[in-house]
Amino acid sequence: MNRFERSSLYQLTAVRFLLLLREPEAIFWIFIFPILLAAGLGIAFRNRPADVLPVGATTIQLTQALDADKGLSAKTMDEAAGTHALATGNILLLAIQSPDAVTYKFDDTNPDARTARLLVDRDLQTAAGRHDAIQAGNQLVHETGSRYIDFVVPGLLGMNLMGSAMWGLGFAIVEARQKKLLKRMVASPMPRWQYLMSFLLSRLAMLVIEVAAFLGFARLTFGVPFRGSLWQLGFLCVLTSLSFSALGLLVASRARTMEAASGLMNLVMLPMWILSGVFFSASRFPAFIQPVVRALPLTAAIDALRGNMLQGMNLGQLAVPVGILLAWLVVPFAVSLRSFRWK
Amino acid sequence: MTDSQTVLAASPSAIQNPAPSLLLRGLRKTFADVVAVDGLDLEVARGECFGLLGPNGAGKTTTIEICEGLTAFDAGTVELLGLDWRTGADELRQRIGIQLQETQFPDKLTVEETLRLFRSFYRRGIPVEESIRTAQLEEKRRSRVGTLSGGQKQRLAMACALVGDPELLFLDEPTTGLDPQARRHLWDLVDQLKQAGRTIILTTHYMEEAERLCDRVAIMDHGRVIAQGTTPQLVALVGAEHIVEFAVAGRDTEDAQIDAALLTAIPGIQSHRVDAGLHQLSVSELHTAVPRIFAALTAQGLHLSEFRTHSATLEDVFVSLTGRNLRDE
Repeated sequence: MNRFERSSLYQLTAVRFLLLLREPEAIFWIFIFPILLAAGLGIAFRNRPADVLPVGATTIQLTQALDADKGLSAKTMDEAAGTHALATGNILLLAIQSPDAVTYKFDDTNPDARTARLLVDRDLQTAAGRHDAIQAGNQLVHETGSRYIDFVVPGLLGMNLMGSAMWGLGFAIVEARQKKLLKRMVASPMPRWQYLMSFLLSRLAMLVIEVAAFLGFARLTFGVPFRGSLWQLGFLCVLTSLSFSALGLLVASRARTMEAASGLMNLVMLPMWILSGVFFSASRFPAFIQPVVRALPLTAAIDALRGNMLQGMNLGQLAVPVGILLAWLVVPFAVSLRSFRWK
Repeated sequence: MTDSQTVLAASPSAIQNPAPSLLLRGLRKTFADVVAVDGLDLEVARGECFGLLGPNGAGKTTTIEICEGLTAFDAGTVELLGLDWRTGADELRQRIGIQLQETQFPDKLTVEETLRLFRSFYRRGIPVEESIRTAQLEEKRRSRVGTLSGGQKQRLAMACALVGDPELLFLDEPTTGLDPQARRHLWDLVDQLKQAGRTIILTTHYMEEAERLCDRVAIMDHGRVIAQGTTPQLVALVGAEHIVEFAVAGRDTEDAQIDAALLTAIPGIQSHRVDAGLHQLSVSELHTAVPRIFAALTAQGLHLSEFRTHSATLEDVFVSLTGRNLRDE
């Protein structure tokens, strides 16, 4: 062993890293789960070609006129059968021929049904001889960056950084306390700051692998864009991870048992899973709770990550969320150092 | 020194060495409303193996954790190796070795990794290899801690206490919870450390462990030392070398009929007590006393259902000093 390997900080960090790697569940939750989640969401919310809308009509003539439209698939049925098909969602609209008019039966609160109404009416009017007043053409764009997967990847990244930092730090410390290992270490000449520092160092080492694996997957599989500077993205990930490490340390600073720590951890994280805009925009919450939502560290982290990745914003433009994250780093860290229970 | 304490041997350290390994004077510690340590005085010389013997709750662990610098005390003096925890904590931690009750090392580290970690905390010490050899864990070097037996885990804890090559070694109930074979194995290890000249302070509630390992023993009860000295010196406190234990048939109903005065009148019988129907006599002349005991019981028309004798032990010392058994609590 050389001098470096004999240093207690190296040994503590290496042990921390080894213990994490030897915990199969931890590996699953940190590395595999976010990728599975991203893959699942990416598939579920992929942008499909424009849907073909199913409709019904009471006469064969109507059906033929409608079937000619690529955006519609039409079936002939009598009014009773058509009403039943509408009610069960098999068709979106039923066109009913009466002696001198056509009636459309549909649910006007359903956007697809409203689309069907427009298409059906245009087809029938055209078939009856109507001419367009002006010529119109289409130019189609499918922009990356505006898809759901692009939106959700920074959200999942933030959520994963929160989970791995809080569980990684909080659980390991409380476990060591509960098993009296912390007491044993404190009875040795180990410098206490090195014990805590080893958690941060191993966290940062893990972070590199974790972020690279997840973002690499998102990039290669879904072509998720990286519009901002990559080193600034790296900085945001480190800052996020350190802020949640500080929060994890705070949760772990007094708890004596794993059960207590586990409960506290969920108490802290659950509101953020719901409020911080992982899966949908946090701005959907009512205005009166927005100040709370904005002050949460996960909201700030996800806002900053989305700003960097999707909008190409630089750190200057992201000063507000970065400032919130810094506050969440400094305050819990200072409080937990003062109140830390070493035995 | 408190009144109730019986001091049998002046510590040799006062003559040989100006700074004893451990010096406690008037130590007191109270937890909420419980007095855990109530005015303790102890002195342990260099190279000595010293035992704190007492039932659970006697204050042994509190005392040893105060000595280890893990628990703050309310009053008194604590000096180790001539140093004080208030001013010399960093140096003390480098120079003492500690094995705590119920430390669980991480299950997923190997023996070697655990020891390498602990070795890294000390400026000087023995190589990891040597600590593995001393603890006889060579075959388990690459095994994970989670796969070790209770005895092996305890030897690993000893090895962790040894990697810093300590001048003073604290062992808190080193064999509690071990099976008899693992316990003897650990005793052999402590013997080796004694022969290597290390100062060892251990706590135990097994009197045979204290008798086997310790040069001197302090018997603790309710936070105080009630007697201290070598095992023979302590046993002499009982006043007789032998203990006779007997029970009589139908003792539940006929207990009261035994006339204790008839028994204690027999020459060589020093004392009599009854505990859960079992009579205990301390006896100095076993060969002449036993026939007279039989005669006395027969004269009272009683039949023996149990009868045995043994040499007086530290257990009997504890019983004669407190009226209670060590293992009861």
